[in-house]
Amino acid sequence: MPSEVMIRLDPKSRAAAKGLNDLTIRNLFIIPTIVFLIVFNIFPLLYSLGYSFTDFRASTNAPANFVGLQNYRDLLNDPFIWKNFSITAKYVLISVTGQVIVGFGLAMLLNRSIPAKGLITTLMLLPMMLSMAVVGLFWKLLYDPNFGIINYFLGLGKFEWLADPDMALYAIAIVDIWMWAPFVMLLSLAGLSAVPKHLYEAAEIDRAGSFYTFFRITLPLVAPILMIAIIFRTMEAFKTFDLAYVLSSQPNTELIAIRLYKMAFQEWQTGMSSAFAYIVLIMVVAITNIYVKYLNKVKAR
Amino acid sequence: MAGVRTSREKWGNRIAIATVFVALIIMLTPIYWITATAFKPRNLATTIPPTVVFTPEVSPFVKLFTKRSQLRDQPTQKEYDAAPWWEQMVFDGGEKVVRNRKTGEVRPSGYADRFKNSLIIAITSTLLAVSMGTLTAYGFSRFKVRGEDDWMFFILSTRMLPPVVVAIPMFLMYRVVGLNDTHLGLIILYTAFNLSFAVWIMKGFIDEIPKEYEEAALVDGYTRMQAFFKVVLPEALTGMAATAVFCFITAWNEYAFALIMTTRKAQTSPPFIPSQIGSGLPDWTVIAAGTFLFLIPVAVFTFLLRNHLLRGMSFGAIRK
Repeated sequence: MPSEVMIRLDPKSRAAAKGLNDLTIRNLFIIPTIVFLIVFNIFPLLYSLGYSFTDFRASTNAPANFVGLQNYRDLLNDPFIWKNFSITAKYVLISVTGQVIVGFGLAMLLNRSIPAKGLITTLMLLPMMLSMAVVGLFWKLLYDPNFGIINYFLGLGKFEWLADPDMALYAIAIVDIWMWAPFVMLLSLAGLSAVPKHLYEAAEIDRAGSFYTFFRITLPLVAPILMIAIIFRTMEAFKTFDLAYVLSSQPNTELIAIRLYKMAFQEWQTGMSSAFAYIVLIMVVAITNIYVKYLNKVKAR
Repeated sequence: MAGVRTSREKWGNRIAIATVFVALIIMLTPIYWITATAFKPRNLATTIPPTVVFTPEVSPFVKLFTKRSQLRDQPTQKEYDAAPWWEQMVFDGGEKVVRNRKTGEVRPSGYADRFKNSLIIAITSTLLAVSMGTLTAYGFSRFKVRGEDDWMFFILSTRMLPPVVVAIPMFLMYRVVGLNDTHLGLIILYTAFNLSFAVWIMKGFIDEIPKEYEEAALVDGYTRMQAFFKVVLPEALTGMAATAVFCFITAWNEYAFALIMTTRKAQTSPPFIPSQIGSGLPDWTVIAAGTFLFLIPVAVFTFLLRNHLLRGMSFGAIRK
């Protein structure tokens, strides 16, 4: 039924009769991508779903034994896993809050006429384009207790940023804030520049205070875009692996992704880690769902 | 009354500008420090107070590309004079360049190979993702697809999967078919990862091309295929270039898959550079030099991409 797929073209026209019909072209263009993604993303997940019900270890040749839901039960009853989850939750909270405060703050400051604004904005966006693993590693030198420039400029003496069990997670979050506050800034700037000027003029005529203007005009209008930034960063922070892995090997900074990596590729508990991956996966898909809803909402405006 | 107000605003503006400049300096300091350290002699890299003014030299880069060992004895004057200038720099730093015993050739470090791997893998996967993504985006943009929103969600959701979650089964499957530590293995993973992004963002670009262009071409006797290649594609070229740069940067920077799937032959720069830190006292100048070279393509691309950053970062949802 070619007429069903065509949007504007009259199926009886001269052009439609020649060459491949629209239905074929549509399928030719779309199906390879869908197949590619199913083969390399969905099929592997089904493959590991099978392993998640076994005690398989990829480091041995021993055959996998079916253990039913045992892996899931063990994981959900493991206090250490819950600790990984709470560390991750804390990390997400610190880093996303930091990014929103710094990023939105910078956007508010930049949302006026400033000399060389375009150049400044581009330079500020540079950190988020860089590799977390490679640049994150270099922060080890900046944080170094003996000759790091951070301690020197802040006058902190020999403060142990990464070796201190209470501080390490904050130290990692600071690098994350440095890299990704520009992202929040970029999106907030787009939101701020879309606020109609006449609303501010009206507020001024009504002699509304700046506090009132901010909470009644600016914030509500920027909120949907800010929400996109927050959900996206929450999802990314939840998945953080690179940065924490290169910066610290402490148990206090063991995020979920790192625990998962160690379980799968250092302890070689393939079955158990597959089950763990599924628990993480369900959480990520849930956040993705909310994210896409917001994307479509902003798009519809 | 009005005068007071404007003067207050003026001051507010000045404070805002000053704050922005301070923030900019703080944010660029780590990048500056990488660049500076990459041109420092080793003994100036870890000083207190930090060395800000120094004579830049290229010894970190010489060391980055060669295999070296610690110098046991000082070289004799004759040895020193006979050595080329860049080897003298390594002597000055208390190390010597390792040569092949038989042929006397300088033995290269793994850096150049890793850099080449990064280039091959990032460029190939980018080309694949952008070409497939453009076709699919056109399909979704111009034709009715039942459950379009669900398909688009499915496509996006594949990108949101945590790399380690996907890596566990992929590692096992690659082991069976022999794709671990191969270029092709990483190219497939990065293509899959970037493909969903390419579809989303290219759909936005193609949606913006008026349908009337193709209709005019169709009326003129073009087939749908010809109309796509001769009318739509040239119009979509800027969007494709921007998408390609985004895909390249993502593949170039990727760490987790590369760490798990490659060990040596096909290893890319991101897992290689941290592995060089080793134990004991790391030579930060060499790490900085490696990082500096690795960051140059991304820094250049960021400038080229500056007007499309917002769009790319929001998966095409926000346009300007």
